[in-house]
This record gives sequence, structure tokens and C-alpha cells, in this order.
Amino acid sequence: MQSRKLGWLLLAPTLAVLFLFGVVPFFYVIYVAFHQWNPFAANPEMIFNGADNFRQVVFDAGFLASLGVTMAFVFFAVLTELIIGYLLAQAFMKDFPGKAIFRTIHTLPLIMAPIIVGSIWKLMTTPSIGIIPHLLDSWFGYDLNIGQSAGAAFAITVIMDVWHWTPLVTLTLIAALVSLPPDPFEQAQIDGANKRQIFWHITLPMIAPAVVATVFIRLMDALRTVDEVLMLTGGGPGSATRYVGVHIFKEVFPRTNYGYGSAVSVIVLYLTIVVCWLLYVGMLAPRNTKKG
Amino acid sequence: MRRKNPWLSILFWIFISFLTLFPIYWLFVVSVKPAVELFSTPDVILRSVYWQNYIDVLNDRTLREYMLNSLIISTGNALLCTTLGFFACYALSRFDLSGKESIFFWTITNRMAPPAVFLLPLFLLMTQVYRIGDFSLLDTRIGMILVYCTFNLPFAIWTLRPTVDGIPKELDEAAFVDGASPWKVITEVVFPLCRPGLAVTLILTWVFAWNEYLLAATLTNFNARTLTTGLSEYVTTTGTEWGIMAAISVFTLIPALIVFGMVQRHIVTGLTFGAVKG
Repeated sequence: MQSRKLGWLLLAPTLAVLFLFGVVPFFYVIYVAFHQWNPFAANPEMIFNGADNFRQVVFDAGFLASLGVTMAFVFFAVLTELIIGYLLAQAFMKDFPGKAIFRTIHTLPLIMAPIIVGSIWKLMTTPSIGIIPHLLDSWFGYDLNIGQSAGAAFAITVIMDVWHWTPLVTLTLIAALVSLPPDPFEQAQIDGANKRQIFWHITLPMIAPAVVATVFIRLMDALRTVDEVLMLTGGGPGSATRYVGVHIFKEVFPRTNYGYGSAVSVIVLYLTIVVCWLLYVGMLAPRNTKKG
Repeated sequence: MRRKNPWLSILFWIFISFLTLFPIYWLFVVSVKPAVELFSTPDVILRSVYWQNYIDVLNDRTLREYMLNSLIISTGNALLCTTLGFFACYALSRFDLSGKESIFFWTITNRMAPPAVFLLPLFLLMTQVYRIGDFSLLDTRIGMILVYCTFNLPFAIWTLRPTVDGIPKELDEAAFVDGASPWKVITEVVFPLCRPGLAVTLILTWVFAWNEYLLAATLTNFNARTLTTGLSEYVTTTGTEWGIMAAISVFTLIPALIVFGMVQRHIVTGLTFGAVKG
């Protein structure tokens, strides 16, 4: 056995970097959140002000609105991705020529920078240069204007997220479906179960762990969506697509009210953890207790 | 088992692939059109190719600097993360360190934090705390290289761990018996065997750093701006030069497309962080 000192020495740079840029910011933001601090205000000093910042955040209509649209965005985006992703994963279970190529093409959006995805969808949907408003207008006479219609802007951000991230869901669910044993399905078919029964009673329970893990990952990522929305709509029109990350970037960060900004950050971090915890408890715990 | 006509599947997947590829194709179409043509009826078919947008981008000094910054930051960050990750994995794999599994798990959790939450503390720390005399990390390439470690280093550790664990310990021990120094064992015995894993890690961390926007936008002002921030600047300041914007996007997209073929299989594992075997 080699000396432990060498082991710690090899680990030290990693721990140092992650400590300075991961742990310190985490505690620092909590510390600042309890202070009044605005370097450009009449009093630029840092003053402890208890939970004042948090009280301000909780009654901030802009922040609450942004939380609301974030929840709606995450719900619609992740749900759509799950449904489409599952259907595509099932479609991949058959054998057909060119499967590998189609799978590769399907993976392509995953490696693209979110900001490029935003840029692409901006070029697709901006009135007068985008192809989508043009086609909608000439086919259905529908005037799509993401700069004016809140609903349209929201829908396009969801569609963009679905385009970008459904492949991840598809590929993780393929991995889950491939690993399923064939016996229960053959048995169920012999017993005369229909497709829907097989899905609800056999497939779903068996791939549930993979589904939970996928939802978990997508939820965490959707909650922190910033770049692409910033690029596509800039959070507008109004606050229709100002999701929390966008809100922090556009409204909180430039205000130089550091105490308040930190309180917003702490609350968002807290809510992210709570959402994940609820999901974990809600989806994993019941199954664990059933198993005994 | 069902046996249906494969043509139905193929047609279906051609349609899905079309939905995937069309937006990317559209980006290219806009990038090779002069501004005048863009505002006439949107045309799906390319009738002529107009390279001026690309030439304009390459002739723009600011954008060239941004490109260079992006290259330096992503390369520096990828090399740093892969090296540190490799050392860390070697330590975790070969030494009997107390609480090493907790340390491993803790490094991973660093990646899960939403970056928007860390904008403000990182900005404040870099301007107020992490400074030596007049030198602060804000708006420096080295600062960005270090900041990107928060998400890339955990990733490197996570992907390299199985690779390093997979190298038999007997090889190290044999080398030690022959009188090799620990440094020699790491660099001449373990490192060559880990090369494939290291290459994948290097490529993926490079792409993640290259693609990053949010932190670059808030933690740089002028000196260390990256190509992604250049893209967003272009949109907000001029707003109308769609061709140029598309050309910058294509430039930003190219490296990802190049490495896509090489690491395609590892992308899902990378993005899901191994929560699901991809």
C-alpha cells in the first residue's frame, strides 16, 4: 500500500478548486443574503438586516410571476418530452434498416450549445424572416408573433426545449427498454392482455426507475434553462417567458442590490432542492415501501 | 414478436430526422443569404450561396478575439479538468483514504447546482475576495478556466473513475517492485492505458466549456469574452443583421459537430451523469 499522503496530495488540487468555486460561493451567497448591500446606494456598506431581503423577495410580484411561468414551462416541457420520448423509444425497439443512422441524427441536438439552439429557433420563428410564421400564415392564416403574443412565446420556448432535449429522454428510455426481460410480456400476451394493460401493468412498473431518473435529470435541467430563452425571447413579451434563471440574469443581477439578489438566489436554490426532494419522495418512496 | 413492414418505420424516422435537421439547415440557409433576400418570402431551397456573412465575421477583430478566447478557455479548462480529474481518480482508486466515497459523491454534487444561482456569489467573490493586489480573476481567461471547473471537473472525475478503476492494480505494484517512482507509475504505466477514456473526457469537457454562455456573460466584460457572448451581443446591439448572427452561430456550432461523430456514444452518459446507463 502506498503512502496516504501521496493520495491526498493527488486529490488536493481538485478539492481546492471545487472548494473555492463550489463550496465558498454556496455559503457566501447565504451570508450576503442576510445583509443589506448595494455598493451604488447611499450607504454602500454591508449591513446585517436579518431576513429583510427574504421578506422583500417573497412579496416581489416580478419574482413570483417568474416562478409561476417557470413551473408551467417545466411541467409542459418535461411532460411532452416524456411522452414523445417514450413513443420514439418504443419505435426504436423494432428492427429496420438504417436504425443506427437515425439514432445518430436523433442525438445531434444534445451536443449543441443552448445558446445556439436559442439562436436557431429565433431564426425559425421571428416574424418576416422565420419559416414557421410564414408557413402558419400561408396555410392557416395564423399570425405567429413571439414578440407580442405571450402564449405564442411560451409555446415556442416549450417546443424549443422539446426539440433540444427529447433525444435524451428517448435514449435513456431505449436503454431501459432494451434491458427488459421478454418473459413477462410473452406471458401477458398469452394471457390475453391488451396493449394498454401491458403498458400500465408491466412496462411502466418495470421501467419506472429509469423514468424517474430521466424526469429527475430533465427537471433539474429545465429549471435552470436560461441561455436559449434569453436568446429566443429575452424573457418577453412582458414576463411571459422570464423563467427564474432569466429573471436572475436580466432583473436581479444588473440591479447591484447584492443582498436582495443573494436572497433570490438562495430561494431558487432552496426551491430546486425541494422540488427534487418532493419528486424523489413522491416517486421512489412509495415503491420502496411496497417492496417492504 | 411483431413483424411489420420496415418501410413504415423508415418513413417515420425520416420524418423525425427531418424535424431534427431542418432547424439546423435553416440556420445554414440564413447564414448564406444576403440581408435583402431574407425579408422576401422565406425560401427553403438554396438558390445561390453568399459567403459574405462568414467573411464579415472573420474580418471582425472583436469576434476573432472572442473566438481566440473561447479556444484558449475551453482548451485550458479541458486540459485542467482532465488532468486534475485523472489525478483525483487515481487517488480515489489506489489509496485507502478515509471517507473517499463521500468525497467522490460530494465532487459530483457540485455539478448539480443551477448556474444562475451562482452568478452573483461568483461575481462578488471574484471582484471582492479572490484577488491579489490589483489582480482580480474577473474578466480573465484564467478566471473562466477555473470557474468552468465547477461543472467540468465533477464530470471528468465521474467519467474517468471507471477507466482508472479498470486498470489492474497489479500493474502498478509490479512497477513499484521494479523500483519506479509513483510519478513514473502514473505517467508511464497508468496514463497510457487510460488514453481512450481520457480522450473522451477531454473532448466532452472541451465542448461543455465551449458551449457555456451564462457564466461567461456575467463574469467577463471585455478581455475574456467568448464566442457565445459575442453571439448574444450581436443580437442585442444590432438585432437586425440576421445573416451575421447565423454565421456566428455556425462558427460556434462547428466544433460540436466535428466531435459529435467521435463521442456520440458517450454524450448521453455524459449528460445524464450516469443516472441511467446509456
